Amino acid sequence: MAFVEAEPTIELLSVKALRFMLVSRVLDDKFASLYRMGKIHGGVFLSRGQEALSVASALSLQPGDLYAPLIRDTAGRLAFGESLMDPIRTYLGSAFGPMRGRDGNVHWGHPRLGMYAMISHLGAMISVVSGGLLAHRLQGRRSTVGLSSVGDGATSTGAFHEALNQAAVEQLPLVLVVANNCYAYSTPNNRQFACKSLVDRAVGYGVKGVEFDGTDLETCLRELGSAAARARSGQGPQLMIANLLRLCGHGEHDDASYVDPNLKTSQVGRDCLEVAIRKLVDSKTVTAEDVALWRSRAIDDVERAVAQGQREPGPDPYREDWSALSTEALVERNWPQ
Amino acid sequence: MSITYLEAIREAQARALAEDDRVFIYGQDVGAFGGAFKATKNLAREFPGRVIDSPISEDAMLGLAVGAAIGGMRPIIEVQFADFSTVGFNQMVNQAGTHYWRTGMPCPITLRLPCGGTSGSGPFHSQSMEAIYAHYPGLVVMTPATVADAYHMLLDAVKIDDPVVFCEHKLLYYHLKGDLGSGDRLAVGKARIARVGRDLSIVTYGAMVHEATKAAEELAGEGIEAEVVDLRTVKPLDTDCIIASVARTGRLLCVGEAYPWGGVTAEVVARVAGEGFNFLDAPPMRLNAKDTPVPYHPDLWAVHRPSARSIADSARRLVQM
Repeated sequence: MAFVEAEPTIELLSVKALRFMLVSRVLDDKFASLYRMGKIHGGVFLSRGQEALSVASALSLQPGDLYAPLIRDTAGRLAFGESLMDPIRTYLGSAFGPMRGRDGNVHWGHPRLGMYAMISHLGAMISVVSGGLLAHRLQGRRSTVGLSSVGDGATSTGAFHEALNQAAVEQLPLVLVVANNCYAYSTPNNRQFACKSLVDRAVGYGVKGVEFDGTDLETCLRELGSAAARARSGQGPQLMIANLLRLCGHGEHDDASYVDPNLKTSQVGRDCLEVAIRKLVDSKTVTAEDVALWRSRAIDDVERAVAQGQREPGPDPYREDWSALSTEALVERNWPQ
Repeated sequence: MSITYLEAIREAQARALAEDDRVFIYGQDVGAFGGAFKATKNLAREFPGRVIDSPISEDAMLGLAVGAAIGGMRPIIEVQFADFSTVGFNQMVNQAGTHYWRTGMPCPITLRLPCGGTSGSGPFHSQSMEAIYAHYPGLVVMTPATVADAYHMLLDAVKIDDPVVFCEHKLLYYHLKGDLGSGDRLAVGKARIARVGRDLSIVTYGAMVHEATKAAEELAGEGIEAEVVDLRTVKPLDTDCIIASVARTGRLLCVGEAYPWGGVTAEVVARVAGEGFNFLDAPPMRLNAKDTPVPYHPDLWAVHRPSARSIADSARRLVQM
């Protein structure tokens, strides 16, 4: 009998996910604090309330898969395999970070490792993932899955429509995860779209659509795991609509006073981290002491990493090569003057 | 062997596909149909699976090209008319154009834009897009004027690790014939002296090279010898070649088919004024299309764009200054 690697149990996967969620939340708190101290250039955008969905997205992927995280995917990025130093160096503008101070806050990635560096234009990363998947298909690597993460706001863009239709036409193994967090900046769902649910759009594109509770870690792990498996087995794009609430402002400059208080007390308003801890403790999968230990380790790790990042130099404008082209012969060295 | 400008583009793509497994073509109607202008005729048959029809989704086409390029491929994207590339503009300038600088990873895309005016094509099938792409960092913008350049520069474009906007002029597709040339090729980014002259420099690119050459022949009958500089690429811009020409003639007339506000001609004039002011015997002059959408009616269109006649008129005024 051929050796088959055992699938991790949902309990094991949940514990792994929980630890990334804890680090993400601790990191968020640290960034918020650094922002208030004026230690960060530009905006700070937190993942609070979306950690379960984010981590489950990344954990549904396998080595070699493609991942286009978005603004609230700190947990997913860590679970995909990046170093804790990457977000810290990017936010602090360290010359040693993946973006070397050239781009900041949520815009970082490792395209060589299959993790794209998002641009700010919503919906724009979806077709990029499709391009990566098409490249793999042309190279004979058919088992790759690509996951693109967007929010409810992105579903109103032309880029979203074009890309999902394109992926459906090409039957690409794309998992498109929509974090419907009820608001795009301050714009509520009823000013963003008029359909009953975003998942209703799936049939129009000819793709599989699933709507699920984005505040429940186990549900996120199961649904996204199944979606990635379906995509990998040739069933085409998967439109995954996760309902949750952004438990912070759009950025830390935003007090989110516009959020409907009724939403905060509804199912979508649950804090996915608290829900996950409660369920895992209640089921005796972990103990409260385990969680406390992991949290304190996360705090230590984040503090140490931030201290390291703060010691690192920023980019030197006088050593910067100021060239947007990789082809040296095409760079106009004496222009602009 | 003499072939058309369009055939040169088709042949260059056939060669690129044959020589490099990473190359594929993606665009509307490019597959079995062979493209709206037949620039990909028979390529889908010759290279199965590598010449792929896209939906009418310029944004997604270019986004896909970015992902494929990062994924190790060399996509050639045909947008049916340059005008429609505005729909995919964001992916080109914000995604492809920024990628190398932000991440250190090049994004080798060739974006083929059938551009420029042809009689009866009207406001949305005639535009010249080179200036708006050249404005953005991280892009190379080519504007081939000859059959040999259409062929060799397209091959160059595919080989370059950076995103290239390849502005191929539709007016030249069927009418311009020539051979593919032999011997030494000019490097990418180098301009070419298309005609030697001593009285003024007409700096231009694309289809306007041919209008300028016609004007120069007309002017030669009047004893005015115009030098014609074919820029070949508008970004990078071969400032040295332009200024050397102006140093010889003392006069600059810069001609472009695009709209007059800003753009390539303004950039050339700015550089000559800034770096070659001492060489000028007269104020630098620009000649562009009119500041309206491109008109449909042939009589309007013929006057909207610069022509051999309007170029010659401008040149006469310039040499009298």
